[in-house]
Amino acid sequence: MQRTLMMGAAVAALLLATAGGALADPKQGGTLTETFKNDVSTLDPAIGYDWQNWSLIKSLFSRLMDYKPGTTELTPDLAESYTVSPDGLTYTFKLRHGVKFHNGREMTAEDVAYSYDRTVNPKTQSPGQGFFKSIAGYDDVAAGKADHLSGVKVIDPYTIAITLSKPDATFLQVVALNFASVVAKEDIAKEGADYGHHPDGTGAFYLDSWTLGQELVMKRNPDYYVKGVPYLDEVDIKIGAEPLTALLQLQKGQIDIAGDGIPPASFLQVMADPAQKKLVVSAPQLETSYLTMNVNMKPLDDVRVRQAINMAINKDRIVKIINGRADVANQPLPPGMPGYDPNFKGYPYDPAKAKELLKEANYDTSQSMDLMVYNTDPNPRIAQAIQQDLAAVGIKVNIKSLDQSVIISAGGTPNTVPLIWSGGMGWIADFPDPSDFYQPILGCGGAVKGGWNWSWYCNKDIDAEAAKADAMVAPDQADARAKLWSQIFDKIMTQDAPWVPVFNERRYTLHSARIGGDDSLFVDPVHIPVNYNYVYATDAQ
Amino acid sequence: MPLYIARRLLQSVLILFGVSVITFLLLYVLPADPVSQIAGRSATAATRASIRHQLGLDLPLYVQYGHFLWGLLHGDLGHSYLQKIGVAELIWARLPATLLLMVGAIACELILGLSMGLLAALRRGTAIDQGLMLVSFVGVSAPQFVIGILLLYVFAVQFGWFPIGGYGHFANLVLPALTLGILGAGWYSRMMRSSMIDVLRQDYVRTARSKGISRAKVIFGHAVPNAILPIIAMIGIDIGTFMSGIVVVESVFGWPGIGQLAWQAIQQVDIPIIMGVTLISALFIVIGNLLADLIAPLIDPRIKLQ
Repeated sequence: MQRTLMMGAAVAALLLATAGGALADPKQGGTLTETFKNDVSTLDPAIGYDWQNWSLIKSLFSRLMDYKPGTTELTPDLAESYTVSPDGLTYTFKLRHGVKFHNGREMTAEDVAYSYDRTVNPKTQSPGQGFFKSIAGYDDVAAGKADHLSGVKVIDPYTIAITLSKPDATFLQVVALNFASVVAKEDIAKEGADYGHHPDGTGAFYLDSWTLGQELVMKRNPDYYVKGVPYLDEVDIKIGAEPLTALLQLQKGQIDIAGDGIPPASFLQVMADPAQKKLVVSAPQLETSYLTMNVNMKPLDDVRVRQAINMAINKDRIVKIINGRADVANQPLPPGMPGYDPNFKGYPYDPAKAKELLKEANYDTSQSMDLMVYNTDPNPRIAQAIQQDLAAVGIKVNIKSLDQSVIISAGGTPNTVPLIWSGGMGWIADFPDPSDFYQPILGCGGAVKGGWNWSWYCNKDIDAEAAKADAMVAPDQADARAKLWSQIFDKIMTQDAPWVPVFNERRYTLHSARIGGDDSLFVDPVHIPVNYNYVYATDAQ
Repeated sequence: MPLYIARRLLQSVLILFGVSVITFLLLYVLPADPVSQIAGRSATAATRASIRHQLGLDLPLYVQYGHFLWGLLHGDLGHSYLQKIGVAELIWARLPATLLLMVGAIACELILGLSMGLLAALRRGTAIDQGLMLVSFVGVSAPQFVIGILLLYVFAVQFGWFPIGGYGHFANLVLPALTLGILGAGWYSRMMRSSMIDVLRQDYVRTARSKGISRAKVIFGHAVPNAILPIIAMIGIDIGTFMSGIVVVESVFGWPGIGQLAWQAIQQVDIPIIMGVTLISALFIVIGNLLADLIAPLIDPRIKLQ
C-alpha cells in the first residue's frame, strides 16, 4: 500500500486545470475504434506483458485489487475488503458475491487460487512468475515440484487467505498486476495452448471476435459487477496501420485512438493545429530514460569518471531534440512515484568540473568507448548529442546503433557494453512502487546474465536497505518507507552514480472528439493508451 | 516431360531443405535472445531459465533443428514464441491478403507495363517512346514507400476517393496494387519494348507482312506472343518476390499480409514465425520458377525441356 497523495494531487490538479467537460453520469453506448501496428500477441493474462495487450487484459479480466481510474491508488476490486495479520504476513480477502465469468459461471475463491498457481507454474511460461516469490510455497511450485502454492488457502467460496514467507510492502501491488488476474480452470482445459486467443475473464468487456492480423472486437459485459460501467458498448481494435497512416485516419475521423501514439515526425504539426491540440492529452509518465554505465568495465569502474559523465551531459539540449516531450531528470525515480525526492539536487551540468574529475582520475583521453543505442528515431540523434557532450570534456565515444533485441541481449551479457542509452527501452513502472525501479535495474538480483541491470551495479549495503524498505508493510509506515527509498536512491546517485538519469518522457494521447471522458483516463498511468472501462462515446449521449 | 517435372520437384525439395538449414543457423547465431523478448523486463533469472527450458532452447542446436524438421514433416510449422499460437495458423490467416495483393499487383504491372512497352516499341524513336521510357525510369527508381504514401495522401486523404489503408473491399486493393504495379510496370515496359523491337526485326514478321497479313494481326497474332516469352519468366519470379512479403507497401496501407507478420517477428526475435515465413516464401519462389519454366515451352515450341 502506498500513499499516493502526490499522484492524487497531480490528478486533481489536472482535473481542475483542464476544462475537459467530462460528464458526471454518461449514458451507455457507442463504439471506440483504435488502431495498432502490431498484432496483439496474446490475451492470456499470465503471459501478456507488452504495452499493447496490458490494458486490453485489464479490461477483459479482474484482479483482487485494482487502481482507481486515472490514478495509481490501489482499491479492492474483486475483493470487497481485506485484512492484514498483525505480523504483516497473511492477507485475507473477502470476495464479492455474484461475479460471473464471461462463460456464465460464478467466480469463487477456488478460481483465485487456481489462477495464482497457474502463473507460478513453470509450464505456463509466465514472465511474471517472479513477482509472486514472496508467497509461501513459491519455490516448490516454481521448480515444478508442487502444483499448489502452500501459502494460498481457500477458507470458503468467498474468502481466500494468502500467506507470505516474508513481509513484502509491494504485495498488494503484485495482486493488482495482470499476472494475478482470475481465470477459470475449465476454459484453460478446453482451449489449452489457444487460451491466449480465446480469453474468458470477469472483466468489463468480453472478447467477441478476433480475426488474426486484422481486427479484434471487445463487447460490453452486461453482467459486470461494477454497475453502469463500461460506458462503451464496443471496442474495435484494428491491426496493421502504420502510425502515420493511423494519424491520417484519425484526422479524417475514421478512428478514435491511434494506439501507437502520435508519430514523432508529425508531433509539431499536430500541436501547432489548435483543433487537434485540444484533443491531445498530456501527462508525465512513470518513466525514466537514462544512460547506463557498466561499473565493471574500465574506465567506468572509477566513480569519478561516472560522476564526470553525469556533469558533462547537457540534458536541456537533449529534451529540445525530442521537441520538449519530456522533463529533465536528476534521479532514477520519476516524479509521481512515491519516494521521488523533489529536493534532490543531483549533478549539475558543469563541463569544467567534469574535466577536473577526469584529470583527478587520470582519464586516458586517447581511449574510446562504445555507446549502444536503439536505432529508432530520435534515439540515434540523442546518442549523437551525448557523444558531442562527452567529446567536449575529452571522452571519446563510438555510437553503435542497433536493434532493440540485440541491445537487450548485449546489455545482459557481462563485460560487454560500457554505455547504453535506454531510449526506446526506458524503464516504465510495472506497478507504481519504487521497489520496481530498483530490483530489476539497479539491484544485485538484476545484475545477472540476461538481466536488465545494464550497469551491473551491485551494492550489497544498498540491497540490504532496499530489503529493509520492502519489509515495512504496515500502512502507517508508508511515509517512512517512501522516505527510506528517497534516501536509497539519493545515495545511489551521490555515492556510486551508475547511471545518468536524463529525462522523464511525457505521454501524449490524441483522441477523436467522439470519445469523451476525464483527461486522466487518456493518460491513465496504469492503462495505456486509454482506460477503456471509463471513457464514453459522445454521440451516444 | 514427367521426368523433367519429377527432377525439378526433387531439386525444389533439396532447395527448401537447404533454405531451412541456413535460416535456422542464421537465426541462432543472432546476438538477440528470444527469451528476453518473451520474459520481459522484470523476470527473474530463474523464470528466464525456466522459459528457456520449456521452449527447448537449452537443447543442442542439432536437436532443436531435428524437432523442427520432424514437426515440418508432419505439417507443423511450429509455435510462435510470443503469440502462443501455431505459426501455420498465423501464416494461413494472412496468406490470402498477400495473394490478393500479388494478383492485383501483377495485373497492374502487366496492364501498365505491357501496354507502355508495346506502344513504345511501335513508336520507337519518337517523343512518345522517350516519354514512356522516362515514366518507366521513374517507376523503377522511386522508392515504394514514397509512391505509396504519395498515392495515399493524394487520392485517399485529399480527394477521398479511396479508403485510407485497410483491407476488406476492392477499394482497399486499388492503391496498394497500383503502388506495386507502377514499380513493376517500369521493369515490364522496358522488357516488353526491347523484346518487341527484337521480334519485329525477325524475318517471319517481314514475311507475314509481305504476305499481306494486316498490321494488327501481325502484331497481336505473331509478334506479341513471341515477345512476351521473357516476360512469362519474369512473372514466375515476381510471384516469388511478392509472396516473400512486400513489407513496405503492407505497412503503409495497413494491408494484413505475411510481410507485416515477418517484420513484426524479426523485431521480436520470434524465431518460429521467421522460419515459417521464410520457408513459405522459398516455396512460392520455387513454385513460381517452376511454373515459369513449364509454361515457356507451351508458348514457344522451340524451347525443349531437358
